[in-house]
Amino acid sequence: MARGYAGKLLEVDLSRERIWETRIDEGILRQYVGGRGLAVRILWDRLGKKWREIDPLGASNLLLALTGPLTGYIGGGRTCISGKSPASNGIVGSTVAGEFPVELKCAGYDGVIVSGKAKRPVYLLVTDNKAEIRSAERLWGLDGKQTIKAINWEVRELLQKAELREGLHKEPGILYIGPAGEKLSRVSSVMAKWSHAAGYGAYGAVMGSKKLKALVAKGSGPLPDVDDLKRVKELMEDMYEAALDSWQTRFWGTGAGGFRTGFETSSEPVKNWQEEWHGERSMGVVNFETKMWVKRYWSDYGCPVACEKLACINHGPLAGAITDNPDYELQAYCGTNLGIFEPEGNIYVSSIVDDLGLSGINGANVMGFAAELYQRGILTKEDLGGIEPRWGDAKAMGELAKLIAHRRKIGKVLAEGTYRAAKEISRIKGVDCMPYAVQFKGIEVGAHGMRSGLGFGAPMGLGYALSSQGGDHTSQAKPPAGEAERTMGDSLVFCTIGTRLVTDSIWEFFTAVTGWPMKHEDWLKVNGNRIVQIQRAALLLGGPDIVWNPSTDDENPQRWYTPLPTGHKAGSAPTKKEFLEARTKAYADFGWDEEGIPTSELLKRLGLEDVDRSMKGLRK
Amino acid sequence: MSTTTTVGRVWIARDYAKCSGCRLCEIACSIEHEGKIWPEASRVRVFMQVPGVEIPHLCTQCSNYPCVKACPSEALSVNEVTGAVMVANEKCTACGVCIRACQGKVPHLHPDKKRVVICDLCGGDPKCAKICTKMRFDALLVFPRIPAVAYDLYAKSPDELTVNLAYKLYGEKAKELV
Repeated sequence: MARGYAGKLLEVDLSRERIWETRIDEGILRQYVGGRGLAVRILWDRLGKKWREIDPLGASNLLLALTGPLTGYIGGGRTCISGKSPASNGIVGSTVAGEFPVELKCAGYDGVIVSGKAKRPVYLLVTDNKAEIRSAERLWGLDGKQTIKAINWEVRELLQKAELREGLHKEPGILYIGPAGEKLSRVSSVMAKWSHAAGYGAYGAVMGSKKLKALVAKGSGPLPDVDDLKRVKELMEDMYEAALDSWQTRFWGTGAGGFRTGFETSSEPVKNWQEEWHGERSMGVVNFETKMWVKRYWSDYGCPVACEKLACINHGPLAGAITDNPDYELQAYCGTNLGIFEPEGNIYVSSIVDDLGLSGINGANVMGFAAELYQRGILTKEDLGGIEPRWGDAKAMGELAKLIAHRRKIGKVLAEGTYRAAKEISRIKGVDCMPYAVQFKGIEVGAHGMRSGLGFGAPMGLGYALSSQGGDHTSQAKPPAGEAERTMGDSLVFCTIGTRLVTDSIWEFFTAVTGWPMKHEDWLKVNGNRIVQIQRAALLLGGPDIVWNPSTDDENPQRWYTPLPTGHKAGSAPTKKEFLEARTKAYADFGWDEEGIPTSELLKRLGLEDVDRSMKGLRK
Repeated sequence: MSTTTTVGRVWIARDYAKCSGCRLCEIACSIEHEGKIWPEASRVRVFMQVPGVEIPHLCTQCSNYPCVKACPSEALSVNEVTGAVMVANEKCTACGVCIRACQGKVPHLHPDKKRVVICDLCGGDPKCAKICTKMRFDALLVFPRIPAVAYDLYAKSPDELTVNLAYKLYGEKAKELV
């Protein structure tokens, strides 16, 4: 039997209210491992033939929450959420930290596959080797903080009644959606622990469409046995040592980026990407630390790094706001990109976005987009239900987040995400709004610009333009190797911040847990590459509302060709000609034809004949 | 209490506000005692009824050992060297009397439901505190157990500790969270 795996997946059909177990063929597990890889394979097998017709928000879509063999052993307890994405119409492997995946494995399952659509709001409660669909009528409409509280108490009472086991029960692991997911927002997250989010892919809306408020797990068993416990323990020790060496990540988290990324590398979004440089010392990590952090180290299961820091405003007009850190992404998107340069305002907006279950990257990108349309007079106070989202006004930005999550007034359009909203507002207002939409194939871009050439974004934006996950900064397709390496963490399912520390020994770790060999170069050339090519195929098939055209959509947002207006890299930006030349070369590097479609030769070499057949209609 | 009985003994101090919730203590404890990662079998368990309010929950070795006194089947005893409560698995009937006798509701039944589990201080070298201190979280620390009455007062339920810490961290907002 496979080591490191619980050995079965839980399947739930909400339309028929049926629950059953599925065993995954060992051959598939060896090839696709878990998490993103396994999700991609399952989605393609079940939905691939009619991909274009599948409505991501319809009953025929699947919602997957999968662990991987290293979940629980490598720190950070992540779950990979997937399905057909309502943002890109492709597949995104979107991971979120917390205790849920460990509870799920301890309950005997490697993952959950949800199909169908419930008639009334429900949540799924998974306990040792069983599960039940329970009413969530009382939970529908609740924000994140109230959802967790209500579920914790309800499950505790249930367990205490149902089990003869004496003593206190620990709380369950919970993945849930907020009001934004319930209202099918294409910028909503699957959430955990108030402020942790699987944001890219907008799977909050998939849960919302299924009327599934939460996935809840409480297991009492051990994690699955590993192949070589002695070696696993040594590798865990190595991970702890490496974490201690990486003191900046531990001590500051990613929060030092709020100043550095703007000031030093000039690649931080400011006012909806109108600029990427700022010298606002107020965004320095020392101010977050001394004003707001109530806990310096806040970890998820098994994590020795604790890059998250717990922030709370407990006095003044913004009192009551709580969030993690915010980490760099939300410092940028709920801060500088909205013209907010004060930690208080930044934490306030982040906290509201979390509570609503909006994605702090994707939802806040739409907010920046709306604020720029207001700046330019395209959207009015009346369109915005009386809100005036001026740069830097945290209260107004908080109200804007609510307008979007609850789909009030123009929020109804903005909830469709930046790309779809830009199209629709252009139509309504008769003004081209695409120049202000900073996104890639329906997925709003992470807070890492490329115009300065100094940041985390791949040269000329190719990393995003050619990614199977659009603007996802964690899955950039950097030439010449492409995206395959990025599928590793999402498939073994570990946190790429924590385990940048042990990258060299990842496959050794995998072998010690599962007993299966894997060479890193094989993963890059074959296994990871397979995952990427299936994702590319699904993205190109797209539908039903949008089908992407590589020649126009494997592209940077218009704004990224505009030279940076300020800072030490003022004037810097790639030209479209440079980009297109580099793109042609990257297509060849990746084994794609001149139109950006994976070649028959590549797909056949990877054993993906079925994917190859699906691409025939797209090839010229 | 005579000093001779406490020489060389240790106490696991707990600084709840510093707990990151990483559960490395649970991992270390269950690997030590069960040979695998088994959160619910760990002798120390981190409760998180409110996110951010993580409570490492474990035995404090009360001076009068109410759990040992209450045990109807002589399954519990005090280790003469370490002062830890020892469970004789073959005698334990999993009746739960010790749990009810503990002010902090610390003991809990092993998931196999056949016996209770209580911290045994790893024979005087607690693995939970070792990893916590090594990683500089310092939520669990090993100190020499010099005579003091305060230890008994750490026998507190996670519910009570959660409320205390939630207000300390979140101020008035805690009212909506606990």
